[in-house]
Amino acid sequence: MIELESVAMSYGGGELLSDMTLRLLPGSFHFLTGPSGAGKTTFLKLCYGELMPSAGRLTLFGQDLRDMSRDDIAALRSRIGVVHQDCQFLDHLPLIENVALPLTVAGQAANTTELRELLGWVGLWSQRGALPPQLSGGERQRAALARAVIRAPEVILADEPTGNIDWEMSLRLLKLLVELNRMGKTIVIATHDLNLIRTTKAQVAARVLRIQNRRLHLAGADL
Amino acid sequence: MSGGGRIRRLLGGLSRPQGAARVVPPSGSTAHLTVLTAGAMAFLAVFALALSLASGRLADRWSEALARTATVRISAPEAQLEAQTRAVLAILDTTPGIETARALDAAEMRGALEPWFGPDLPIETLPLPQLVEIIESPERPFDAEGLRLRLAAEVPGAVLDDHTRWRRPLVEAAGRIRLLGLMALGLIGAAMAGLITLAAQAALAANGQVIRVLRLVGARDTFIARAFVRRFTSRGFVGALVGTACGMGAVAALPAADAAGGFLTGLGFAGLHWLWPLAIPPLAAIVAYIATRQAALRMLKGIR
Ligand SMILES: Nc1ncnc2c1ncn2[C@@H]1O[C@H](COP(=O)(O)OP(=O)(O)OP(=O)(O)O)[C@@H](O)[C@H]1O
Ligand SMILES: [Mg+2]
Repeated sequence: MIELESVAMSYGGGELLSDMTLRLLPGSFHFLTGPSGAGKTTFLKLCYGELMPSAGRLTLFGQDLRDMSRDDIAALRSRIGVVHQDCQFLDHLPLIENVALPLTVAGQAANTTELRELLGWVGLWSQRGALPPQLSGGERQRAALARAVIRAPEVILADEPTGNIDWEMSLRLLKLLVELNRMGKTIVIATHDLNLIRTTKAQVAARVLRIQNRRLHLAGADL
Repeated sequence: MSGGGRIRRLLGGLSRPQGAARVVPPSGSTAHLTVLTAGAMAFLAVFALALSLASGRLADRWSEALARTATVRISAPEAQLEAQTRAVLAILDTTPGIETARALDAAEMRGALEPWFGPDLPIETLPLPQLVEIIESPERPFDAEGLRLRLAAEVPGAVLDDHTRWRRPLVEAAGRIRLLGLMALGLIGAAMAGLITLAAQAALAANGQVIRVLRLVGARDTFIARAFVRRFTSRGFVGALVGTACGMGAVAALPAADAAGGFLTGLGFAGLHWLWPLAIPPLAAIVAYIATRQAALRMLKGIR
């Protein structure tokens, strides 16, 4: 699905990420860890085509990112659902419209029952009319997860999805992601939360990727 | 439902975002500026159009009224005057393109000179030139240059005055004014495109974060552009509609053109020409559409 071949990335200065080679197979479950500023968000941005590698080959669903047109990238984002670290909502639209936004921009109408189920599932149905700035950090992250999955993507990339929420809610979100993985979705979660990783490993065959010294490592079984 | 309500709903539908256009937040000041700009430009365009059409009419009238008459002036010693007049008439008779040629008699000459010299002018005793009035046939013009050469060769005292000398500059001036009017129309259109582009760029820049989010959730460029284009197109249209209506009202309120009316009172629309300004609002909408779309697509290139 997502294939990196000696991919490097720099923001203009020195290389932030070097020589990363990786294949994310369908149905796999990965955690991405590393110190703050190591480049986790950057790595995920490469995976959904917001950034271009400065070297190497990045193949998404069999297509080289370099050969993809702007419309190809737009289409790609219906196959990859992303929970952004900073959520990225439209502040003038109520929560429910923000969650349905991936459908709106594709010209599809949201199914009200499904929307209700999805929002109930992340515990936000009662907040559906609130504007994003009126929500708490955790509520925003839950909404971001709901938005990421609304178009039934094949891959879900989540950047610190449990950064602002309590353990109980984290487990609930994790349960959703594990369920989605069992349905065959590919999951990548960037997180610092070792407890979350341990808990997950008890449920699915999750692997841990670690970014350290600009390289991507497959972490040992000690986690 | 009342008529006012229906119109409100129609205009509201044009200017209020619906459906997909809701993804862009409302932007108060640029919206009003765009409507105002389109309105002012449409108002000016009505006048430029009136100027072009009126000067076109004037040029037609002048060239038509003056083109068909000419005069031959015969200056000769009294003894030869009659013979030369006959010779001129004979030549004119055989010149193709001349419908009638007629020597003015003493009474007509008096009539022509009276306004300048008074009724008591002893016309018989004055060495006045004989005038021959020519009326061109409506089907084909006569060859003034040929006739002039022939007269010079055969009747040395005869001079053709076909009015082109003073008619041409007038017709040219009217044509020039019409051209200026058309240029003004073009400039107004270009200025409107420029101002709407600026307003659209300001709106796009102010909504950089919105555009980023839309791209992230998978919106294509055309979807995002459409959200802006719809707004600016409808604003351009509504503004131009109001501006055109005001402009047409102002032109209609100008003093009516009368027979003695000069150029200024002729500034207006005649008959079917009133339909021309109705093209302004749709044209303004097209200009706004193209300007906004170009600005949006150009700006989107920078956001992945
Ligand atoms: N647009 C950018 N331009 C320049 N430098 C950037 C840009 N975005 C990120 N960086 C830099 O790249 C480095 C990695 O950033 P990134 O956001 O990928 O880290 P991260 O691993 O996600 O950190 P955290 O755990 O704090 O979220 C940081 O040093 C950051 O300052
Ligand atoms: Mg990050």
